[in-house]
Amino acid sequence: MRTPAEQGLSGELKKLSATGGARIVALREAAAKAFNDNGLPHRRVEEWKYTDLRTLVREALPISTPAQSVVVEAHARLLVDTEVRRIVVANGAVVPELSGFADLEPGLSIQPLAQALAAGSDVVTRLGSLEPGRYDAVLALNTALAVDGVVIAVAPGTVIERPIHVAHVFSGKAAASFARNLVVLGEGASLTYAESFEGPEGAAYQVNSATEFVVADASSLDVVRVQEEGASAIHLSTLLFEVGKDVKLNAFGFTSGAAVSRTSLYARLIGADSAVSFNGALLLKDRQHADSTLFVDHQTTGCESRELFKHVLDDSSRGVFQGKIVVRQPAQKTDGRMMSRALILGDDAEMDNKPELEIFADDVACGHGATCGAIDDDLLFYLRARGIPLKEAQSLLVQAFVGEAIETVANDALRDALVERAETWLKARA
Amino acid sequence: MAMLDIDNLHAKIEGEDGREILKGLSLKVNPGEVHAIMGPNGSGKSTLSYILAGKEDYEVTEGSVTLDGENLLEMEIDERAAKGVFLAFQYPIEVPGVATMTFLRSALNAQRKKRGEEEISTPDFLRLVKAKAAGLGISQDMLKRGVNVGFSGGEKKRAEILQMAILEPKIAILDETDSGLDIDALKIVSEGVNALRSPDRGMIVITHYQRLLNHIVPDFVHVMNNGRIVRSGGKELALELEANGYAEYQQDAA
Ligand SMILES: Nc1ncnc2c1ncn2[C@@H]1O[C@H](COP(=O)(O)OP(=O)(O)O)[C@@H](O)[C@H]1O
Ligand SMILES: [Mg+2]
Repeated sequence: MRTPAEQGLSGELKKLSATGGARIVALREAAAKAFNDNGLPHRRVEEWKYTDLRTLVREALPISTPAQSVVVEAHARLLVDTEVRRIVVANGAVVPELSGFADLEPGLSIQPLAQALAAGSDVVTRLGSLEPGRYDAVLALNTALAVDGVVIAVAPGTVIERPIHVAHVFSGKAAASFARNLVVLGEGASLTYAESFEGPEGAAYQVNSATEFVVADASSLDVVRVQEEGASAIHLSTLLFEVGKDVKLNAFGFTSGAAVSRTSLYARLIGADSAVSFNGALLLKDRQHADSTLFVDHQTTGCESRELFKHVLDDSSRGVFQGKIVVRQPAQKTDGRMMSRALILGDDAEMDNKPELEIFADDVACGHGATCGAIDDDLLFYLRARGIPLKEAQSLLVQAFVGEAIETVANDALRDALVERAETWLKARA
Repeated sequence: MAMLDIDNLHAKIEGEDGREILKGLSLKVNPGEVHAIMGPNGSGKSTLSYILAGKEDYEVTEGSVTLDGENLLEMEIDERAAKGVFLAFQYPIEVPGVATMTFLRSALNAQRKKRGEEEISTPDFLRLVKAKAAGLGISQDMLKRGVNVGFSGGEKKRAEILQMAILEPKIAILDETDSGLDIDALKIVSEGVNALRSPDRGMIVITHYQRLLNHIVPDFVHVMNNGRIVRSGGKELALELEANGYAEYQQDAA
């Protein structure tokens, strides 16, 4: 039995774009076929156990149409006061007049995906190359249907100081938007890449975004995501990393938006002695549902991976953390640690943790942990005994709780902006 | 009427079959007075201090507590602080992630706000903390850390006195501020407390040992046992307790 949403999506999949050359067209067709064969995941599919898309995605919305740039400009609020190079993507399409394509630093190239596909740019040969070898419905839909996004390439040895911020904005009537991004770092290159997501409060729109990161040997990449979609939206995103040797990679995600969100992260560590960390702070309220699912695949020796996820769950919200660390037989001396902590503020809030280790090498140090609880009464009493009112005391303690994860962001301006986003969330609560 | 008036206070541990801890305790503290409460472990000294500060684990079943004639027991925890109640904790806890400076400032401004006063300016606040911290041997590094995080036992006690110096309470309750202090730390803490003695401020100094009272000389000494004050006297009572111990009072209670 196919759901109305699946039928609707299959309808969209009949009219695939033909740009980008034979390889890309074949990728789209394969992805469309995979979706038609397998459909949306449901709770009996292990990786989607807590986020049953078959029930959560009731209808397939029409694919979004371009938005007027004045409207988009007014809606693009996230990180606007931060010193960055901003590229705006509205309803899945790059808005050139709002984007900083001019005066690029030497060694940096940025172009809309649509343009890169049309021009047959070299860098596009990496597009789709990071996809996992198994079916992922959300990614398949993205591969088949995304026709624009941002392609960034940093030449070997180039250090880009100014962060690049891709601001995804949705505006207009509820629709489905798809964006595909590609970030390629040459050997020894360095970049801070931020992506943000926002849209109108009332509209039940759907966003499907995927970003592939090719992180070459000895390069350094910081990723910061801010997901503040409107409260009725569905946000589905995929992050794919291929990590070379001696890499420093630090990715952080802040989530306070969307009715339902799922972020799947796939990291393949193919070079030795790299240090990667994937961290998150998620602040949820009402009936919000956010799922973070990570697959970290250690394929070779001496890499260190760290995950630290902090959930703050108010009202009847629900957080899901699934983290799987795979250590393959050659990946000796792997050091992998995963931690998920949840602070439950709401009486009906819920946290689901599913950490998994799959270890085939013998000389490794791996571990995981999860905690879940209310704000410590003794801490609250201590603050209140000094005159700090209850709500403010709670806010200080929540801020401290998520602060531990936010602190992992290296860029000062972005870190300050994230602290400010958490404060804004707390103020709205008080 | 006394500034702080505790009258026939009975309190039990919250819950169905909570045990009674305070069994009819009365104490009056006037501005400018320092009262020492001494007593064996388990006699209910910390419980008394927690109930005055407003901890929710206890239930008052009888009696009353007023501060300047107002019913203290009906006030929220933070309201009591704003009215001038300060408890220096026996075991100050660590608050990771909340910087000491942020904490002090939030506390001071919240109290001022509740009293209808203006917030303190940043330069004034920094000056205030710097001046008070120096006297207590509290380094800038400690102020930058999370509240009490990684502090030694003695540092925690000094930090409590710093908070008290900045918040300038009307009635300060010091719960075993001497425990875990070596003689040098004891001197620093006592000097800090003595500097805060004032004709407008009352203090209750809870201690198990007479030692502290050589440094902070009380006006009155009370012996507490089994949830009550069983004897009161002048500072010489502390010396008597030092010589004879609490045995005679504990026998009385049995
Ligand atoms: N929250 C509590 N729950 C259970 N028992 C308590 C609690 N607080 C105090 N007590 C008990 O009450 C008695 C008095 O404790 P306390 O006030 O700490 O005494 P003191 O400070 O004089 O040593 C002790 O027997 C202690 O175990
Ligand atoms: Mg005690």
